[in-house]
Amino acid sequence: MKIHNTRGGRIFDAANYVFLALIGIITLLPFVYVFAGSFATEAEITRRAFFVWPEQFSLGSYEYIFSTPAFIRALVTTVLVTAVGTLVQLIFTVTMAYPLAKRNLRGRKLILSLVVFAMVFSGGMIPTFLLVKDLGLLNNYWALILPAAINPFSLIIIKNFFQELPAELEESAKMDGATEIGILWRILLPLSKPVLATFALFYAVGIWNDFMSPLLYLSDNSKWTLQMYLRQVTAASDLLGTGNADPAYIPPEQGIKFAVIVVATLPILIFYPFLQKHFAKGMLIGSVKG
Amino acid sequence: MSQLTDALASDIATGDGAASGKAKKPAKAPKTKRGKLSVHIAHYKWLYVLLLPGVIYFAVFRYAPMYGVSIAFKEYVPFLGVNGSPWVGFQHFQDFFSNPDFPRLLGNTLILAALNLLVAFPLTIILALLLNEVRLSILKRTVQTLVYIPHFLSWTIVASLSFLLFALDIGPLFQFINGVLGTDIDILSDPNWFRPLIVLQEIWKNTGWGTIIFLAALSTVDQDQYEAAIIDGAGRFRRVWHITLPGIRSTIIVMLILAIGQMLNTGFEQIYLMTNALNRSVADVFDTYVYFVGITQGAYSYSTAVGLFKSVVGIVLIFGTNWLAKRFNQSGLF
Repeated sequence: MKIHNTRGGRIFDAANYVFLALIGIITLLPFVYVFAGSFATEAEITRRAFFVWPEQFSLGSYEYIFSTPAFIRALVTTVLVTAVGTLVQLIFTVTMAYPLAKRNLRGRKLILSLVVFAMVFSGGMIPTFLLVKDLGLLNNYWALILPAAINPFSLIIIKNFFQELPAELEESAKMDGATEIGILWRILLPLSKPVLATFALFYAVGIWNDFMSPLLYLSDNSKWTLQMYLRQVTAASDLLGTGNADPAYIPPEQGIKFAVIVVATLPILIFYPFLQKHFAKGMLIGSVKG
Repeated sequence: MSQLTDALASDIATGDGAASGKAKKPAKAPKTKRGKLSVHIAHYKWLYVLLLPGVIYFAVFRYAPMYGVSIAFKEYVPFLGVNGSPWVGFQHFQDFFSNPDFPRLLGNTLILAALNLLVAFPLTIILALLLNEVRLSILKRTVQTLVYIPHFLSWTIVASLSFLLFALDIGPLFQFINGVLGTDIDILSDPNWFRPLIVLQEIWKNTGWGTIIFLAALSTVDQDQYEAAIIDGAGRFRRVWHITLPGIRSTIIVMLILAIGQMLNTGFEQIYLMTNALNRSVADVFDTYVYFVGITQGAYSYSTAVGLFKSVVGIVLIFGTNWLAKRFNQSGLF
């Protein structure tokens, strides 16, 4: 679009550019500060108000956290739960989405309505907690995975995606003698790799970041995930009465907090470019009616 | 919760999903009604087998808790279970409404929700409009990339960052704010700072991400209208006011209805993480109250009643706003 730009327009543009650049920088600054702080010495953190580069480079904070069994355990647990949980969510979602994509399947309409209803209404925290408790899943890592095994919204998106793949593909495969499961496995899944990768990333981020489920379901602190560990380390020492401050989780120094935050953030930042490549497309397929 | 909002937003914005699946059906499923059900199931047995885990999931983890809500009207006794526990009618609701906690919780929840709605929501639209005015695509894309990031971080990380930045005496923002005010306030535990802090976190985490849907809407605004407006001598701001904003009006209304419907869901994780002994008077909201009373004190029935009350009000708010939007001759949600 060519617009004849007036002087006022140019001033607005300049101001707008500067303002937006500032917004971008402000968003980024907390990360830079924490990253720099995680490599600084304790003395520097308490002495300097704000810095984006440590005067004296130190790995002390990381050495400390990686020598703490509680931290290692939380990290390993979180990685495993995230990996298994993502796989479970993908399998559950795909196996359900595929039959629901078949327009002539009986009962499909009813199941879809029930799925949509579950999107709007839920039992809430306490009934879900009691269910998990009755299933004997308290202090069990499956409690972090199973209750969220299918996200109704993702299910519907993946179902729609399957539905829009050309029907001829399936028909010709059927003529060649492929079973339903064979079609799903050999034809649909390879075609949906990008979509599934996108959802896998979103699922993984969700599980990695989950704080509420471990808080509700894991009372045994030897089973804590990274988010629980992080919360205990950063909140325990300087906030009164935030919770049961277990001495094992109170870091001796300020710098430790910086390092734990970096470790909890890093995987997200590493995967972010992949997420970003897909989310606009994946989440907003034809989103605005216009 | 935010996932639900996102989900609904996209689903409703696309007008797609289950609803359109139903709408398209008559055209493509001529054979559905023929044949016996048993024949149909035998023919498609593998599809039904594949469907099974998902159906079990929904029955167990989504619908069983909905049934479990009935304990709000019972006196739940763990060893009797949901079915065996005796009915008490509306006892728990009466207890809650006559509890002195009730007005405080309602107030805290509504104030936080209103602040988010009045501050964070318009900021999202303003940021989207400003980004939309950028023609330098490198700058636009860089800023977008940066402001989307916080959405993907956990509330634990956001809270931890706040603890560091506002830490008593040594936090950079503590020093800055107290330097400006010339006083000595512990921002993290002063009740007066709780609400600004929550709104600030919400803005930092989600404003950028929220622009996605508005930017998508903005890209569909008819470009010819701008040229016509320029010929008519409309300046930059008049064009935004008379063309851009009306162009995304329906998106704004849909997002507003969704935001209002989610009003009472003040974000359990965020508030829980920022609550401490000193700010509890302003920090307690329905969600955290349900947790403290239900999970930590074991008052299951009572806290389920509180949660149910909250859901019902939320649904009334959604339908109410939708009705209002339609009355003012705008496109509603449904």
